[in-house]
Amino acid sequence: MMKQMVLQRIAIGFATLIVVSIIVFIMTSWLPGDVAQIILGQAATPETLAALRAQLGTDQPLIIQYFSWLGNMATGDLGISKAGGATISSLIGGRIGNTMVMAGLVALISIPISIALGLYAAMHPGTWLDRMVTFGTLSLISVPEFFIATVMVLILAVNLHWLPSTAYLTGNEDFFGLLKALAMPLITLVIVVSAQMIRMTRAGILNVMSSPYIEMAILKGVPRKRIILRHAFFNAIGPIVNVIALNLAYLVSGVVIVETIFAYPGLAKLMIDAVQTRDLPLVQACAMIFCGVYVVLIILADVASILSNPRLRQPK
Amino acid sequence: MTDQNVTKEEEVIAKLDAFAELPDAPPKRRIKLTWVGKASVAVVVFWLVIVAIGPSIAPFHEMDMEGDDGFLDAYSGEYGSFYLGTDYLGRDTLSRILFGARNTIGISLLATLLAYLMGITLGILAAVKGGWIDMGISRVNDAILALPTIMLGLIVIAAFGSSIPILIMTAAIIYATSVFRISRALGQDIMVQDFVEAAQARGEGVWWIIKSEVLPNAAMPLATDFGLRLVFVVLFISSLSFLGLGVQPPASDWGAMVRENLQGLTYGSWAAIWPALAIASFTIAINLIVDDISAKAGGSLAKKMV
Repeated sequence: MMKQMVLQRIAIGFATLIVVSIIVFIMTSWLPGDVAQIILGQAATPETLAALRAQLGTDQPLIIQYFSWLGNMATGDLGISKAGGATISSLIGGRIGNTMVMAGLVALISIPISIALGLYAAMHPGTWLDRMVTFGTLSLISVPEFFIATVMVLILAVNLHWLPSTAYLTGNEDFFGLLKALAMPLITLVIVVSAQMIRMTRAGILNVMSSPYIEMAILKGVPRKRIILRHAFFNAIGPIVNVIALNLAYLVSGVVIVETIFAYPGLAKLMIDAVQTRDLPLVQACAMIFCGVYVVLIILADVASILSNPRLRQPK
Repeated sequence: MTDQNVTKEEEVIAKLDAFAELPDAPPKRRIKLTWVGKASVAVVVFWLVIVAIGPSIAPFHEMDMEGDDGFLDAYSGEYGSFYLGTDYLGRDTLSRILFGARNTIGISLLATLLAYLMGITLGILAAVKGGWIDMGISRVNDAILALPTIMLGLIVIAAFGSSIPILIMTAAIIYATSVFRISRALGQDIMVQDFVEAAQARGEGVWWIIKSEVLPNAAMPLATDFGLRLVFVVLFISSLSFLGLGVQPPASDWGAMVRENLQGLTYGSWAAIWPALAIASFTIAINLIVDDISAKAGGSLAKKMV
């Protein structure tokens, strides 16, 4: 039963990835029009047009173009950037590590903070601390990421002079210098992601708290702390793991903004620059990486919530 | 004899009266807002009024370079009339915020309305018709929902460039997917209710059922969702503008204004902070209203006790 459901989710995930690749391909390769015409301009003769189309492969039927694109992508041949002519895999290879370091650090810092605060707020609903947490996190999730980043720059860089306002890496920083450069984007992303996670953790536990067995525990006089830590928390683990995976997926959009504002040399910055110069092959590759990670995280979230549901352990 | 008749008549009338007191529809839920909710309503109404009249009350035009220098302080200038200072090109920040409301909120509002039009139409259609129509629309919808919104926005803009109609259409299509999901779920819930079955049994057509049974019952949850969706669209549009891919200069947009004036922060200029605060005030206010409406009175025993 459980195995079946997990396999089914993974299959759906694969299907989604295929559909995602079709969407990305159609939007970036087919809809913008005839690339050969754009490259050669109005003065092109039919012969040169045909020659360039044959060279680019755009004279092939759409479906063949799609499969050859997909095949190239799967084998790591991402094509050549229109700006500069470097291979896309080398461009991405130089950036992807930076983004992964940042995302990993954000997850490492924000998950414990969020679970602790969410748990604490759920244990003391209605107190001033809970109200502050709910109001604070609601405000934080309502504002754009760049608002938080801007305020952080104003406070930490401009007024207090503690941190630099950009996260430009020269490549030969020592550990402390690296930490200092990363601090600003990290703080911003941790705030953005934690706010969401705290709210969902709190809601998840309060949701479990309204189930009949908790009511039973209350009525038989179990202390509140014990109810939350022994009864509610373990049943809320599934939803909480789900929340964590979902929020790491939300990191994708946060990373785009934060890398831009702090000039952090990551994958998202590369993609924004590619969008600005309309370097479509590079946009394609970056979009596929981001969307792929996103879809995988969403599947992980689903699988986690299936695995943590004891009702699915026994076949009915 | 007559006496008895009279009492009987009275009884009947009394019964009818009792019947008349029964509402034909469930009583309208009165929304009681806390003072936070009321204040938030005031903020939202304020910005909507600014969308309507902003440009006519702005002291300068959004594109006029009035100051001799960028990042002037507030109350500086010849007549001390830059109430919020100037931006990096010496344009009046207050005027640009008043003009920008029209872009930021106006575009978002239009996109959200369009998303609702598409989402509700398709969602209710899928719920009412079912079968392969439902299957087809739902699958496409799931695929779009499976992508991060900002990625979709970036891909569209990379392919087509950025203009206001493209921004509105992109946001509308992206957010129509979530509206579709909600209105389809709501529609399916309502379609299995007894009153719909009764309407079907007495031979009402599909459109009558949608108009008179489904939509009125789905209105309240959809209205709450509209607020949340509007916030998402405002964040989406202003984030794109912030990245330099949304509303193009020299037109003013709150997201773009933050980006343009970012380097002013180092000189102690607040030109980037004011538009950011404007966005924050609008989106936080809407979320607080929605939170206020959806906070349930009472609740279960556990919630009261713990």
